[in-house]
Amino acid sequence: MTLDEILASLFPDGCKVENDNGILTGYGSLQAGGQGMVIGVSDRTALGVDEAIRLSSFVLGALKTGSGPILVIVDSDSQRMSKRDELLGLNEFLAHLAKCLTYADMHGRPTIGILYGHSAAGAFLATALATRVLVGLPGASPAVMDLPSMSKVTKLSVEVLEEKAKSTPVFAPGLENLAQTGAVHRIWSATSSLAAQLDALLADLPDTRDIRDSLGKERKGRIKAAEIAERVHALALAP
Amino acid sequence: MSSAEKARPAKPHEMSSSWYEASARQRVDFVLDAGSFQEFLGPEMREVSPHLRVFDLPEQFDDGIIIGRGLLAGSPVFIAAQEGRFMGGAFGEVHGAKLTGLLRAARDAKSIPLLILFDTGGVRLQEANAGELAIAEIMRAVVEARTAGVKIIGLIGGRAGCYGGGGLTAGCCSALVVSEQGRIAVSGPEVIETNRGIEEFDSRDRALVWRTMGGKHRHLIGAADVFVDDTAKAFRDAALALVQTVAALTLETLLNEQVRLEKRLQSFGASGDALDIWKAIGVPEAASVPGMPTEKFVSLADKLRSTHHDAR
Repeated sequence: MTLDEILASLFPDGCKVENDNGILTGYGSLQAGGQGMVIGVSDRTALGVDEAIRLSSFVLGALKTGSGPILVIVDSDSQRMSKRDELLGLNEFLAHLAKCLTYADMHGRPTIGILYGHSAAGAFLATALATRVLVGLPGASPAVMDLPSMSKVTKLSVEVLEEKAKSTPVFAPGLENLAQTGAVHRIWSATSSLAAQLDALLADLPDTRDIRDSLGKERKGRIKAAEIAERVHALALAP
Repeated sequence: MSSAEKARPAKPHEMSSSWYEASARQRVDFVLDAGSFQEFLGPEMREVSPHLRVFDLPEQFDDGIIIGRGLLAGSPVFIAAQEGRFMGGAFGEVHGAKLTGLLRAARDAKSIPLLILFDTGGVRLQEANAGELAIAEIMRAVVEARTAGVKIIGLIGGRAGCYGGGGLTAGCCSALVVSEQGRIAVSGPEVIETNRGIEEFDSRDRALVWRTMGGKHRHLIGAADVFVDDTAKAFRDAALALVQTVAALTLETLLNEQVRLEKRLQSFGASGDALDIWKAIGVPEAASVPGMPTEKFVSLADKLRSTHHDAR
């Protein structure tokens, strides 16, 4: 789906979302009433220091005055890989954006990520994965790293990696594999109203506790994470 | 034990040992009071990664991270230490879940600080989705713990540096200690060079790497709170000082951080190199910074930088 189609289907009663060189900010009227705040990255834009600081500014500004959920709509590249961004402390800018989104979510502004295109690495962590609930639209293509780059780092051929990808969801890119690990809460349908699917999600939203590891266990994509975290938690709190 | 004895570090004769050269287990001993460490899910539990065997890679019984609790100068702390010599300290499913569980416990205990001894290249690519998601869970758990009042201090000075999702996690901590050898970034030098070419970043130019991502630069721009020598004692003393001073995460903290980062972009956004930034900050002889001994550098930095603990 294109961004315009997504916004039209999410907000049939209208929205005002600006797209400034791939950085989305705005509001839309929710079908269930009230307003949803929108931020996001479109057109496979790389997330660098300049982009991240505008998104966090918008989130913080809205925290002081508004109410309602925050939708994080994403089709991004990875973080911008450049000398300038690293020189200026890109890790802090991305962490700051993630902190703002998490803080908002914990303080009455539920955050919902909507992944409709690509996203990877640090950009994925600071946007879509910094939300309480992430939904994927058909055609979304999240990746930690593309297979050719992985081949370079792991010293395994692309052919071998493609073969491994078939049997190892925890390693291979793609929406279904991410859903299996628990990162993607639901995959929405592109053929029915996104507004109705958003309403259904808002009516049945998990609380702010992070349930992605237990989802990953249920879906058999991450068999150990939830259990390990629970055991450590119990050991650490034992008298 | 008298309080003076309790305040003594693990093994006094080791306190001049190099942090950079040490293993994760040695660093835990460096930081904590002698004999006070209690490990959770230690190597005897053999909780290894279930994914490495798919790639015929060796496993490690602690999956490259040591977690537990101990005493720092007589007071309880939680501690996590990454082993940079195992798979570059990278985050996989088990490695990440151990830290997530510890952070969630710190959040619920509310009053016990947590030290993270970073030494990581980022996500472990062989279990990429699980590693990426583990970092997302860790970042969320850091924010939850800090919001509950927990102080989370990052210590960075290992061989692998603190890259990728490790860099983002460090950016979520209450405060960071860094040595000259400590590097903090998202994309590593080789990754930038591979993606953007050698004109953008020459990863073999070590001086360039160090002044762009290294401890001195990070300290001067306010990204790391304390700059220390590469010794066990220096890291321990800095951690001890920070657990007593840093503040909780509130909306005001985030608003202050927004201003802090915006100012950095306004002041230095057009700079092409760390040397330009150091000149703009007011360092008299910017080119002399990399060779400057710690004491001189710290006293210079104290005069020039303006970072507050309530802005991160």
